[in-house]
Amino acid sequence: MPDRDYDVVVIGAGPAGLAAACRAAECGRRVALLDDNPHPGGQIWRNLSGKPPKQAARWLAAAERHAVELIPGARVFDVPEPGRIAVEMFDAECRLGYRCLILATGARERFLPFPGWTLPNVVGAGGLQALAKSGLPVAGKRVVIAGSGPLLLAVARYLRTHGADVRLVAEQAPPSALLRFGLQLALRPAKLLQALALFGTRYLTSCWPVSAQGNERLESVTLRRAAHTWTEPCDYLACGFGLIPNLELAELLGCRTGEGGVHVDDYQMTSVESVYCAGEATGIGGLEPSIVEGEIAGYAAAGNLRRAQLRFPARQPHRRFAAALDTAFALRDELRRLPRPGTLVCRCEDVTIERVRACATWREARLHTRCGMGPCQGRVCGGAVEFLLGWQTESVRPPVFPARIGSIAPAPGPAGHVSDRKRPVSR
Amino acid sequence: MPDSLTLSVNGSPITVPAGATVSAAIALAGVTLYRRSVTGEPRAPLCGMGICFECSVTIDGRAHCRSCQVLCQPGMEVRTDA
Repeated sequence: MPDRDYDVVVIGAGPAGLAAACRAAECGRRVALLDDNPHPGGQIWRNLSGKPPKQAARWLAAAERHAVELIPGARVFDVPEPGRIAVEMFDAECRLGYRCLILATGARERFLPFPGWTLPNVVGAGGLQALAKSGLPVAGKRVVIAGSGPLLLAVARYLRTHGADVRLVAEQAPPSALLRFGLQLALRPAKLLQALALFGTRYLTSCWPVSAQGNERLESVTLRRAAHTWTEPCDYLACGFGLIPNLELAELLGCRTGEGGVHVDDYQMTSVESVYCAGEATGIGGLEPSIVEGEIAGYAAAGNLRRAQLRFPARQPHRRFAAALDTAFALRDELRRLPRPGTLVCRCEDVTIERVRACATWREARLHTRCGMGPCQGRVCGGAVEFLLGWQTESVRPPVFPARIGSIAPAPGPAGHVSDRKRPVSR
Repeated sequence: MPDSLTLSVNGSPITVPAGATVSAAIALAGVTLYRRSVTGEPRAPLCGMGICFECSVTIDGRAHCRSCQVLCQPGMEVRTDA
């Protein structure tokens, strides 16, 4: 693919990115919309048939109408110079220039290690949903859903409607916190209905997995609730402990981050001029705020501040919801004791909890044990040690995704330059 | 566009719905081990969205491809670790 230049490049084609790209293009800007996934829509609008839900279809139609250039299957692995990103596809690579960059990189699940969590068929909660939406057969499969957050309910509902035998949903949060959260839900009817539709599936609060068992793949999960411990046979354990924003690119660019996301101003601009951020990467809030933030970022990046301002009021109510979410689903201390001696924390380099605990910092663990140094570059174990050990795990270097030598080679500078460079990370 | 297509997983033909990812094709082929870890443990997809690299397989001779992010194509040859 040839190198090109755009007025606005949007990274991430989920709800925030789609909305941002559409609004910028509607103002007459030349816009590229990139996504690592094979289809636009992000995780929430991901589906097999390519026939998107209504709301997604409207944004996709708008993107086409306004000539947004959609580039799926593209991962951004470096920012070799200001105003230029390096991109790799399955069988191509290129450099794209931008005047304004909008980061809509979304969120990933937080995984916590426990004995057996590396067995095949122990997957993320959102992970199993994503796989099912991509064609993985779940009909008739016995599934235990565990972890924390409203995503568990959405996943349970999705899997049930696709024929899975959802044995139970284990939510680690206590019922008192959920009750308070439920009162907030009452203000949001769509979400309440989603919760009610789950009626019929066992939903256990103050309950969490302590181990998974199986020979070469999952056969059962052991759960704990108060003093009671029991084992449930299952085909899949779908387990995720909330969401964490994808901050790698923002940090590579030197954007200020902290308190759960990228810092932005009223126009969704980051601490770096001409770089905007919208959606879950600014803090976990869900679908509606992501769209509004995307619209504001898109208008602002296109220089149309007046239209951006008109969307400010729509953004406000959602922020309360995000705060309520954090409080209700705070992770309990007991989860810090889930890893046993020998439990792996880093799945890429097979590093055990005791080797990581012997280190004082994330940096030391990386240097001495290779924890977080494998292909995922700490995207999985980073979220775990952040919770388990209270470490700050940012240490982003290009390439932020493993990239082919052929993709990295065109970068300017002497040999070895790319891998030796360290970017400023402000917090 | 046809509703389904055929590719091979570890040398065996498997027919999948159009739009399915290679991760799904491997599961449909009844294979639960996608790769072996550096110490030889069996691994399979964790995140389902391109983050964790646990679903890495060889596709058309290209090693370390995240099978969850690649759509199946007719005649594609997929190999997992054994």
